[in-house]
Amino acid sequence: MQFFIRLGKKTLSFFSFLGGLSNLALQTVYWSFLPPYQKRRVVEEAKKAGLDSLYIVSLIALFLGVILAFQIAYIMQRLGSELYIASIVTLALVRELGPVITSLVVAGRVGAAIAAEIGSMQVTEQVDALETLATNPIKYLVVPRFLALTLMLPVLTLYADIIGIMGGWLICVFKLGISSSLYFKIAFDSMLFKDLFTGLSKTVFFGMLIALVSCYEGFNVEGGAEGVGRATTKAVVTTFILIIASDCFFTALFYFIFP
Amino acid sequence: MNDSIIDLKDLFKSFNSHKVLDGINLAIEKGTTVVVIGRSGCGKSVMLKHIMGILQPDKGQVLVNGRDLGELNEKEINGIRMKMGMVFQGGALFDSLTVGENVGFGLIEHADITHKELFERIEESLYMVGLCGIANLMPSELSGGMKKRVALARALCMKPDIILYDEPTTGVDPITADSINDLIKSLHDKIKVTSIVVTHDMKSAYKVADKIAMLYQGKIIFQGSPKEVQETDHPIVHQFINGLAHGPITETIDCFR
Ligand SMILES: Nc1ncnc2c1ncn2[C@@H]1O[C@H](COP(=O)(O)OP(=O)(O)OP(=O)(O)O)[C@@H](O)[C@H]1O
Ligand SMILES: [Mg+2]
Repeated sequence: MQFFIRLGKKTLSFFSFLGGLSNLALQTVYWSFLPPYQKRRVVEEAKKAGLDSLYIVSLIALFLGVILAFQIAYIMQRLGSELYIASIVTLALVRELGPVITSLVVAGRVGAAIAAEIGSMQVTEQVDALETLATNPIKYLVVPRFLALTLMLPVLTLYADIIGIMGGWLICVFKLGISSSLYFKIAFDSMLFKDLFTGLSKTVFFGMLIALVSCYEGFNVEGGAEGVGRATTKAVVTTFILIIASDCFFTALFYFIFP
Repeated sequence: MNDSIIDLKDLFKSFNSHKVLDGINLAIEKGTTVVVIGRSGCGKSVMLKHIMGILQPDKGQVLVNGRDLGELNEKEINGIRMKMGMVFQGGALFDSLTVGENVGFGLIEHADITHKELFERIEESLYMVGLCGIANLMPSELSGGMKKRVALARALCMKPDIILYDEPTTGVDPITADSINDLIKSLHDKIKVTSIVVTHDMKSAYKVADKIAMLYQGKIIFQGSPKEVQETDHPIVHQFINGLAHGPITETIDCFR
């Protein structure tokens, strides 16, 4: 009995979350198109989200490329077809791992920061103060972050793809003795435009997701500093789940659209 | 009664079944200063937020300049807010912006003015609250009392007709408190600003008020001039203004018996 009550409550709160999130999404899109545009603030947020993530994204993408190359080399050496390492590393990175890992990193780094910042603005009444100064909090706080993440995440992903491919190159050239030119030739020959396109296009959606969920959790903080902490955790966990779930959906969708 | 600039009519508000406002009626005439007193947690800040349109009542109306906030769209409400200022209890300064940007926020966002004018307005507002040359500091570098005064400067910078003060003198030293009282009084005398001041400080209440209203259990139970308040034999008001531990307010609480 207890179990069903808990289940019911969880379901209800999930639907109220979905409702709130779509409401926020609609308002954000509406305010995004309504002038005056806040170009300066978008650039500022893009710098925070993009430029400042470069370092960690580089590091993780490089390791990822190295790991992938080793793991795939293990199988391919058994099959005696080491030449395919380059193409598998590239495809895995461009189609799947680049977009998802970059999105998760950005969710953990930028999304958490957004939730914490807006959350503490909410508990210290700064959001109310914005309203008293005749400024819409969604326009002022959400729209610049939303646009910045939507624009920056594909760019960061492309960058991560390149660094990851370089990671694979390190192993192939220095460990397995494949020549540099051959590695790049195989890597780029195997990559079709649709691979790059499907990989990057889903990150546009992930970027929106990160911005919206983090802002939503920030606005809905309850309680003081403890509430901000809770909201931050919740924002990160929720975006992680939503990114992976929607990635599953996109992968299936693209599988059928671009066979 | 046609010259009341703010009119609260039968205002009800609950937060998750916790009743905070229970039928407030209060009319505030143009150019007067009304002080609202009441115990901590009785809903004074909530009432101010209703007047600003930040919170919506469950029932009842808030009329500002004769217009019902509940029936206006966001653009119209923002039009009204441009002529109102609110000083939050905790300051609520934007901590990612400098003091100067905080004070000039309304102008930067909404007014088409030159850099020089903006700078002058910011300095002028800071000067009025007795803070000069701190426009480039961040709010985290200020003391609590300074934050409160910067918040006051931010409200003044828009040159509003109505200012809502949420405990403007709490947490500042007595001399500054008195100069804030003087400021409220001079805005009232010189440019006929309408003010609502929430305070626990009876000394400043007597000093600035044209009218004192007491909020108790979600209702305005008493309103009158400072003199009437001092001479009242209303038991609850009497206990509150004299700060007595024993009386009708605390009678219901066992530990005081
Ligand atoms: N956003 C909110 N959500 C839930 N409850 C709230 C909210 N805002 C205020 N309350 C509740 O409303 C009541 C009144 O709060 P309010 O801040 O108006 O008190 P106050 O009269 O200003 O007290 P103080 O003098 O201490 O500032 C409190 O019991 C508080 O718990
Ligand atoms: Mg209060």
